[in-house]
Amino acid sequence: MEPLGFFEIWAGVIGRFWPVWLGLAIIMGGSAIFKRRLGLYGRLYDSNVGMIGLGLVLFWVLTAIFPDVIATFDPIEQFAAIKRKPPGTIETSTGVAAYFGGDNLGRDLFSRMVHGAQFVLTVAPAATLVAYMVGISLGLPAGYFGQRMDAVLTFIANLVLAFPVILLFYLLVTPGVRETAIPNVMSGVFFAFPIIFFGVLFYSRYYARPRLLAIQMAVTVILGAWLYAGLVFDADPLRIVSLEPNELNIFAAVVFASSPGVFRIVRGLAMDIKTRDYVAAAQTRGESAWYIMLWEILPNARGPLIVDACLRIGYTTILLGTLGFFGLGLAPESPDWGSMINQTRGFIRIAPTIVLPQTIALAMLVLGLNLLADGLREQSLKD
Amino acid sequence: MLAFIARRMGVMLATMLALTFAVFTLVNLEPNLRKLALEQNNNRMTSEAVDSWLEAKGYRRPLVVRYGEWLGNTLTGELGHSTRFRKPVVDILPERLGYTGILAFWVMATMVPGALIIGVLAGMREGSKTDRSLSVLSIATTATPEYVSGIIFTVIFASWLGLLKGVATAGDISFVNFTLPVMTMSLYGMGYIARMTRASMAEVMTSQYIRTARLKGLSFGAIVVKHALRNALIAPFTVIMLQFPWLLTGVVIVEKLFNYKGFGWLLVEAADNNDIDLLLACSIVSVAVVIVTQLISDIGYAYLNPRIRVR
Repeated sequence: MEPLGFFEIWAGVIGRFWPVWLGLAIIMGGSAIFKRRLGLYGRLYDSNVGMIGLGLVLFWVLTAIFPDVIATFDPIEQFAAIKRKPPGTIETSTGVAAYFGGDNLGRDLFSRMVHGAQFVLTVAPAATLVAYMVGISLGLPAGYFGQRMDAVLTFIANLVLAFPVILLFYLLVTPGVRETAIPNVMSGVFFAFPIIFFGVLFYSRYYARPRLLAIQMAVTVILGAWLYAGLVFDADPLRIVSLEPNELNIFAAVVFASSPGVFRIVRGLAMDIKTRDYVAAAQTRGESAWYIMLWEILPNARGPLIVDACLRIGYTTILLGTLGFFGLGLAPESPDWGSMINQTRGFIRIAPTIVLPQTIALAMLVLGLNLLADGLREQSLKD
Repeated sequence: MLAFIARRMGVMLATMLALTFAVFTLVNLEPNLRKLALEQNNNRMTSEAVDSWLEAKGYRRPLVVRYGEWLGNTLTGELGHSTRFRKPVVDILPERLGYTGILAFWVMATMVPGALIIGVLAGMREGSKTDRSLSVLSIATTATPEYVSGIIFTVIFASWLGLLKGVATAGDISFVNFTLPVMTMSLYGMGYIARMTRASMAEVMTSQYIRTARLKGLSFGAIVVKHALRNALIAPFTVIMLQFPWLLTGVVIVEKLFNYKGFGWLLVEAADNNDIDLLLACSIVSVAVVIVTQLISDIGYAYLNPRIRVR
């Protein structure tokens, strides 16, 4: 059969993304109408840069939610007819076109790219979230108390930051490390932080209201223990939460690499905000140190932290791509963008176009997150 | 100033020791040692034989003792033997470092002036059309990692236009085969430095002495060149020095992408082949580069900025 032409390919691709267009229209159209009532998020619609960024990010988020509707093939199934074929080749046994061609094992690149969005958009935000818990739990006391504690924590953070990222990954994400207990110990430490964080958060404010506190503590401990068991020990009794050893390894390494950065920014913000009058007022009222840190300082540091989180998710996406590019830790069949780039780049000479979809997808997402961060920063400064 | 430098040197040494110990521990993990034993003996070995081989070679002594020994050897210039290249590490490393040095030089030589020009142009009139478009441009470059831009450039310039080559040979560089790696690397860092320069420039342009200069009737060009530029370039200096750690990661990616056999390529080879001595040597070089540049940036910043009084 004749391969599809340029316009037929793009018409087909745009058609396949219909759930995304629909979702984008509903979310962005709806938000634009009610933007005056939506606070900072609503004000994003006043800045072109922020709106473009939000659009790009939402595009991939929606793709990650509906990969099975959008993709034309199974991302790991192999078809001989589209092996290393340029975009638009028809897969003969099913009669469906491989819009972006096939890779060296005959897997459809369009479907892999679509499914790759799901991997990136679950791991990157999750790792960033855990890194934030670690960074906040350590950065707030370092900035608020200062002195000895600050000196020690800052030294440790600088140690990790002085490590070239690539060397860190080559030492930490290897089959050899997975045979030892290092990934489990690391993730065991990191995943303890969210539980401690929420525990202290609720206790410091509601310790005088035991019944409310009991409910909050019970929810924190049960949810935390369940996730902890599933993620760290792969022993979830309900078999819902589980991580492969290599995924756990990647997750621990990524959190390890990005939490010192969060620590630094939180520490700086805490040092700045602790001199404000409302902190002095809380101190005079006799509030506990953790109440002041978590309920006075943290909410007032949210602006810069939200902007930084957007940038950091983008940076984590780049890190995950780097891991895939070097073939570190990820399973060979995993449809993540970095591995796809690595697997297809050898065929630049045969069919230059087959390496482009996943590279452009990654760049689009990271660019979207960066533009979104820029838009948010611009709008939050207008206050 | 001397006390300040001495204190910084002390912190640097402590960092260096902690990091090299961490690297040493991770490289000498039990699975890696067993793999090494099997590789050295043609893979035919029982578990007991592996243990006795490791015992005989001294790999079973306490880690701290072995670290001390390794540290002593390293300080005297004895870096061990590479199992991948079957040569002493000392014979391999300098050559590869030289190739990467050439690459890094050209990256810096194109990236720094480019970034400073973009940053100054954008920051001297904050909020103008030029500022906005240059800012978006620099966001775009920071959002494009080397393995993305490198591939896009290769497809455009090597596959479609046929102007440049997608493979760079170490030791035999020319415009045709060296442009793509340099372009790829400098573009990624350029956006970041440009944004820092822009922020610093924009801040300087709102300061009192610039207003004074304008009120006494100086032309805009003279204000920018004579009054703003010098003060605006202090902050980017730190950022530029701190680009070196990033440059290392970039070097590894770009050298793999363009098959340029420099230091980054060597590090990947060492890590992929479980070459313990070589990997340790590569690690210590990269860690040293990072820490020394941090030290220079700290001291340079204190020296350049008269508002910081060093006790």
